[in-house]
Amino acid sequence: MSWTKKHLLDVESLTAEELITVLDTAHSFKAVGKRAIKKVPALRGKTVVNLFIEPSTRTRTSFELAAIRLSADVINFSTEASSLKKGETLKDTARNLEALNADFIVIRHSASGAPHFLSRVLDAHVINAGDGAHEHPTQAMLDAFTIREKKGRIAGLKVTILGDILYSRVARSDIWALTKLGAEVTLCGPATLVPRTFEQMGCRVTYDVDEAIRDADIINLLRIQHERQRKTMFPSIGEYTNLYGLTKARLAKAKPDALIMHPGPINRGVEIDSDIADSSRSVILEQVTNGLAVRMAVLFLVNGCKTPVEAA
Amino acid sequence: MPEPTIILDALAIRRSLTRIAHEIAERNEHGDEVVLVGIPVGGDHLAARLAKILASIWKHEVPFGILDTTLHRDDLDQRVAPTLHLTVIPFDVNGKTVVLVDDVLFSGRTTRAAMDALNDFGRPKKIQLAVLVDRGHRELPIKADFVGKNVPTALDEKISLLLTEAGAAQDEVILKRK
Repeated sequence: MSWTKKHLLDVESLTAEELITVLDTAHSFKAVGKRAIKKVPALRGKTVVNLFIEPSTRTRTSFELAAIRLSADVINFSTEASSLKKGETLKDTARNLEALNADFIVIRHSASGAPHFLSRVLDAHVINAGDGAHEHPTQAMLDAFTIREKKGRIAGLKVTILGDILYSRVARSDIWALTKLGAEVTLCGPATLVPRTFEQMGCRVTYDVDEAIRDADIINLLRIQHERQRKTMFPSIGEYTNLYGLTKARLAKAKPDALIMHPGPINRGVEIDSDIADSSRSVILEQVTNGLAVRMAVLFLVNGCKTPVEAA
Repeated sequence: MPEPTIILDALAIRRSLTRIAHEIAERNEHGDEVVLVGIPVGGDHLAARLAKILASIWKHEVPFGILDTTLHRDDLDQRVAPTLHLTVIPFDVNGKTVVLVDDVLFSGRTTRAAMDALNDFGRPKKIQLAVLVDRGHRELPIKADFVGKNVPTALDEKISLLLTEAGAAQDEVILKRK
């Protein structure tokens, strides 16, 4: 067991051992979710604030339920109904929430580094629930968890991430997590969205989609992040689907036991064929179930953040 | 660092478990109401061993399970997050006599957490406590029903149970000064 971090800000700064601690802890929490009484008292009396300055359904409800299952109290905070609309800065909003004795701030923000910034100005535990195009650590952890559960291992597996890599925080966190855990990661998509610079993160870049999925054990599809693209990155959605969408014909060339993953929300008929999304090879909904266990594990682990020396 | 002392060797552990099993059988006439629940790490293997001995006494299967108490601990705020273990209770505890099995009884806090954790699975008719070693220093009003060996200890000593199921070369209970 090795977790001494006060915050969860990114995957880049985590060790493989720390990632495995999260996965092992999440494994136990997944079993808790199958009990008749799914609630445990581990965070009784704690307050978790979901500070979501960018829209989200999956991640916010997942963190909310994770906190409730751990017996914490939860406040949900969204931009529309907040004083950020009245010109309050993020720092002031967060410090006001902390003045109400919040113990955890789960933040989603369109600016990369916003969680890191908060961790410097707050005493509360800060958990990154997605910051700009930078990282989405719990998504990478639930992806790794799902792969390990389905395939029994991560090391040595071939994982292809297909789609909009450039604007994807999920891609960055996935690359960090999966390469640290020993997988071979291949990135594929339109050249405008998959720059060669990603090779510096320890993965392979290819523009040949058939080659990218042929030997893959995992095909992880990403949505086109229209909200982050400042200019047109490819001619049309139709052309994207033709060239890079996961169609039945294309999937027929992949390994029969290749898993199809997607962090959601899916755009049916764009990056993924509607029937494939609903097929038994797709683990998209299991990813959601596992996300709850992973977020319970993260809240539980950062709560006990003292160093082994302090604890002794 | 002083050499660890062996408190119980393999034979003594076997004898203790056999005696505890007979005491459980004596205390609980209706063996069909008894289920064993071990607390990891250590108590889970001991529960499995006790279930086997009890099965030979009662001539029927004795169900046993594993109960992780981590999420019910009272010191989660004061330490690094402890390792979680899987809880496996493949039977209904309602109306049963649950014998909690732990390797070492010390402060009593784990037993307290175990009784709380068990609540989430139902309402046992009775809860009894079996431990291989009682080392004293209770911090809560908790007492074991079945004890393998009472060992007076100092607070800075540590007692460890080594079992072949957990990869040890031989069964042993050892005492070390920290």
